[in-house]
Amino acid sequence: MNKKPGWQELPKGAVSTKSSRDYATGDWGIEKPKFDREKCTKCTLCHFFCPEGAIQVNDEGYPEVDEKHCKGCGVCAEECPANCIEMVRSK
Amino acid sequence: MKKQILLGLNGDEASAFATKQVNPDVVAAYPITPQTIIVERFSEYVADGEVDTEFVAVESEHSALSTCVGASAAGARAFTATAANGLALMWEITYIASGLRLPIVMAVANRALSGPLNIHNDHSDSMGARDSGWIQIYCENGQEVYDSCIEAWMIAEHPMVQLPIMVCLDGFTLSHTMENVNVLQDDVVKEFVGERKFITVEGHAGETEFRLNPDVPLTMGPVDLQDYYFEHKLQQVEAMEQVLKVIPEIEAKYGEISGRSYDMVEKYRMDDAEVALIGLGSTMGTIRFVVDQLREDGVKAGMLKLRLYRPFPEEALIEALGDTRVLGVLDKAVSFGAPGGPLYQDVRSLFYDREDKPLVANYIYGLGGRDASPMLLRGIYDTLLEIHRSGVVSRNVNYVGVRE
Repeated sequence: MNKKPGWQELPKGAVSTKSSRDYATGDWGIEKPKFDREKCTKCTLCHFFCPEGAIQVNDEGYPEVDEKHCKGCGVCAEECPANCIEMVRSK
Repeated sequence: MKKQILLGLNGDEASAFATKQVNPDVVAAYPITPQTIIVERFSEYVADGEVDTEFVAVESEHSALSTCVGASAAGARAFTATAANGLALMWEITYIASGLRLPIVMAVANRALSGPLNIHNDHSDSMGARDSGWIQIYCENGQEVYDSCIEAWMIAEHPMVQLPIMVCLDGFTLSHTMENVNVLQDDVVKEFVGERKFITVEGHAGETEFRLNPDVPLTMGPVDLQDYYFEHKLQQVEAMEQVLKVIPEIEAKYGEISGRSYDMVEKYRMDDAEVALIGLGSTMGTIRFVVDQLREDGVKAGMLKLRLYRPFPEEALIEALGDTRVLGVLDKAVSFGAPGGPLYQDVRSLFYDREDKPLVANYIYGLGGRDASPMLLRGIYDTLLEIHRSGVVSRNVNYVGVRE
């Protein structure tokens, strides 16, 4: 078991030793969005609505989810005007 | 000692004048009586081009301190000022400023908390913030306000400290009362405060100065749960203890340029005192007068002025009290439901383990600006003398100057 640093070793001001990119803040999500590219109109609304910034638009213009940071809230599926997002159980 | 000029300034103006000479990077404040003059004067300095400060006219005190947190985290020297309900609105952010170890300087023109609404002086505002991790200095007069508003930066920014600091001045009694204030030359103050120094921390992008810098990104105070929060709080405890070591060094340096320096606990005619009063702020000036009168009457009375309240200077207080065995503790604030006022609780607890403990009685006075006249204070000394004669404290907590 690795021992965590004591108060005298930790940086002051509660400075984080990890970048926020390295925290898998979505690892507890139960559902993740699944995109149907047949129906997707590349409107990118899901990208803008995602409260976590976990949906990025790829070079082709399609949305892609960052599963490490997606919490599975389903806002994207609710907002998608083309109804192309389905929330599917991931665990 | 450097050349000084004598000015007529009220306490608020003394604070603004000192801050002008320090020339901080950011001042964010919202006006509230009796602090308003500080912000008004300072905004005039900004408008007249006398400072390089970015003045942020915010919409509330919550925003004022939040702006200071952001500015200070980015490496700026940040100053704000408030009073009473303004400080109450800052509450949430006071803990964030200290938890993130940001050396912000804040002047607090002490005023009673509403309700009922009252704009006059007592210490209920800053006493409520005594556990927020801020250093607290209470000033006796306008000169001390000026001096403290310069020294405060050196205390807060000391590498061993890195904590925010409140310079408390009694509302109206100090804030609006014009006094003779000796001020240093601008360049002398500039040299004394120098540039803000930064500690080095190990962030996720490696070792860097403790400030937000896009070239070496740093995350300050993110979610900090069961496994780290406690350790970070212990760091704050340790930093507070360091303040007690750092202040005498800074006072000595300030004494060299100004000829003035202050003890954390200041003694007045304590040498052979049989009874003494301890308290905070402007009342201590009145007590000097009362003690002089009592001494003329042959009464062995003394006074202890507690200039530094947080951290609580335990050793200095024990030493300053010396052999005096009857101590009255003045509190200008009520800690509702508690066994006495806040200062009384601290003082009494301090002596609990000591065999040579004094007899201690608490006097809660001056709430909502109720006058602390020499006659009232003399009456308190009379009860202390009675305790000295009888060896018994008949009533621990006394509310003085209030109608029955």
